[in-house]
Amino acid sequence: MAKASSTLPFGGTPEQEAQLKQYIEEHKGQGGALMPVLQKAQEIYGYLPIEVQQMVSDGLGVSMSEIYGVVTFYSQFSLAPKGKYKISVCLGTACYVKGSGDVFNRLSERLGITNGECTPDGRFSLEACRCIGACGLAPVLTVNDDVYGRLVVDDVDDILAKYAE
Amino acid sequence: MENVNIKINGIPLSVPKNYTILEAARENGFEIPTLCYLKDINAIGACRICVVEVKGARSLVAACVYPVNEGMEVVTNSPAVLKARRLTLELILSTHDKKCLSCVRSGSCELQKLCKEYGVEDENFFEGVNERVEIDMSAPHMYRDNNKCILCRRCVAACEKLQSVSVIGPIERGFKTHIGSPFEVELDATSCVSCGQCIVACPTGALSEKDDTDKVWAALADPTKHVVVQTAPSIRVTLGEAFGMPVGSNVKGKMVAALRRLGFDKVFDTDFSADLTIMEEANEFLERVKNGGTLPMITSCSPGWVKFCEFNYPEMIDNLSTCKSPQQMFGAVIKTYYAEKNNIDPKDIVSVSIMPCTAKKFEVGRDHQDAAGVADVDIALTTRELARMIERAGIMFTQLPDEEFDNPLGESTGAGVIFGATGGVMEAALRTAVEKLTGEELKALDFTEVRGTAGIKEATYNVAGMDVNVAVASGLANARALLEDVKAGRKNYHFIEIMACPGGCVNGGGQPTQPASVRNFVDLRAERAKAIYEEDKNLPVRKSHENPMIKKIYDEYFGEPGSHKAHHVLHTQYVDRKNG
Repeated sequence: MAKASSTLPFGGTPEQEAQLKQYIEEHKGQGGALMPVLQKAQEIYGYLPIEVQQMVSDGLGVSMSEIYGVVTFYSQFSLAPKGKYKISVCLGTACYVKGSGDVFNRLSERLGITNGECTPDGRFSLEACRCIGACGLAPVLTVNDDVYGRLVVDDVDDILAKYAE
Repeated sequence: MENVNIKINGIPLSVPKNYTILEAARENGFEIPTLCYLKDINAIGACRICVVEVKGARSLVAACVYPVNEGMEVVTNSPAVLKARRLTLELILSTHDKKCLSCVRSGSCELQKLCKEYGVEDENFFEGVNERVEIDMSAPHMYRDNNKCILCRRCVAACEKLQSVSVIGPIERGFKTHIGSPFEVELDATSCVSCGQCIVACPTGALSEKDDTDKVWAALADPTKHVVVQTAPSIRVTLGEAFGMPVGSNVKGKMVAALRRLGFDKVFDTDFSADLTIMEEANEFLERVKNGGTLPMITSCSPGWVKFCEFNYPEMIDNLSTCKSPQQMFGAVIKTYYAEKNNIDPKDIVSVSIMPCTAKKFEVGRDHQDAAGVADVDIALTTRELARMIERAGIMFTQLPDEEFDNPLGESTGAGVIFGATGGVMEAALRTAVEKLTGEELKALDFTEVRGTAGIKEATYNVAGMDVNVAVASGLANARALLEDVKAGRKNYHFIEIMACPGGCVNGGGQPTQPASVRNFVDLRAERAKAIYEEDKNLPVRKSHENPMIKKIYDEYFGEPGSHKAHHVLHTQYVDRKNG
């Protein structure tokens, strides 16, 4: 199955491009340059859409096949941008047995996106995360830095409404 | 090379220090099974089927990547080894399709063979995550069925290392790992050149050509159709392999007999149009030299190469010869000259070709390949598809008598047949061009400098006072290296031959598959080419322009090479696929 790609148009600036190109220039020709360059690219753009991967490919002379393979292998890399509000649902063991899977599914249904994706308006992104150490509040989700615990499926609409403006 | 002393299965041996356990064992009569390993391009120790016991080692080791060292004691077939191999096979099967009965590779599948050898009794021993995924049918020449993929990555290595095309790779990780193209686009949306080297590298049925045999069966059964077949130069030296004959067997006579028994109305030889290609291409080259045309001129016989050029070097399209490939020239002659001569409507002719090549399936659908207003060639089959037809028709191939091609388009020369090996087109062109330039009879016909399996070959010939620099490349990674040299001005050639597949058509992506156990230890390119040059040596006519039928067709139809009519029927044009 494909790792989620972005449905948002690419909005990179000339400054971002110059910054990435300079970093590539500094690392070009070094063994193992691909990982640090991809990390830098993600730091600059927040994610790694096709346009950014193509810049890395052209700059380092590494094929798109190899780059895409690396980007989809490591969970640290994202193909989709994060939303203004980043929703993380804990699917760790404790939260999961308390029903966080259902909470995740309701969010996915309401937002029309799945794990790793961002809504077309750029407002919400959704991801499943591992244990965040709040098992006493299970099931737990976070929206940016806000934490919501002891959830039931029907809480989802109220939470989304808070970030609707 | 210094040797080291080791023991394999208790037998003391002295082997070169740079050997792996696999090489040392194989050379001394012990076969170790492999799946992911392909010599020179894929030594990754990933599949674990080649594990062996090494005395003192913590665990079993992968023989394909483990170097020998002094005093090493290896056991290749202990109960622990056999158990580990069976377990590996059971794990591979847990996510495998297991549709052997309907699989195109049933009988030639490396996984299937190993399962039998290692006594896998329950193919459902482990229940893996076994989601069915969609088969990628997008490309004109092949399909990818990832349900049958064992993730050995041999296709990835062939695409990247041999061809520098790199349009496929491993994606994701864990159970989700699969082979595909960046951003999951279908193969047809990539810059795949249709060479098929991934198919001949695949151990299972995950990759295969699109089967067009049904179209041929239908044509053969239709009494209103005149069905004509042509066979490429290299088919005669590879088809036998599909029937268990040794690599390098020349089965020309049996091949012709089989095609006749399949019911083709005429069985012709692409070697004839190879000669025709030489007439046009040698003439084009001489014209370019004389008139200051674009040089170096580069051959255009290999549709995989042509597509590669269009994708990656569109600025060099003017360097490509405008000659159609021999397949297309043949088809064009059939539907123009032959149709007129025999008073057949070209629309009633079905023109079939047997090719070593999957890119030929792409080529038949290109624009500007329709001299008579209908497709020059209707159906291009690979050697493998022909073998399947012969099998299905119940024709006992090895017992067939030797028969001759039909005339008039079955007449050919040694120059035509060597098209099947890398350097052959160059040599054939030189035999004609040198004679034309000097006006004297050429006595020494063997241009040995351009023969052999080296990826890039160069030579300079002094012809009528002019130094002609030529180069020959096979395998697109080699072609890329050569073209970079040309573009940078580091090399200066007049004439270049490029074949997409390493070793040329004898090692094409449409040829019979050989398992890794053969590929890793037999040079298919060299063995098959040997049979090609043997045929050339023994033919009475070895220069294209001396082919009596070639003389006749120019007298009766084309006038002379490069004429207006020849251009209309035998030449084509190309497209820039990079910039659209």
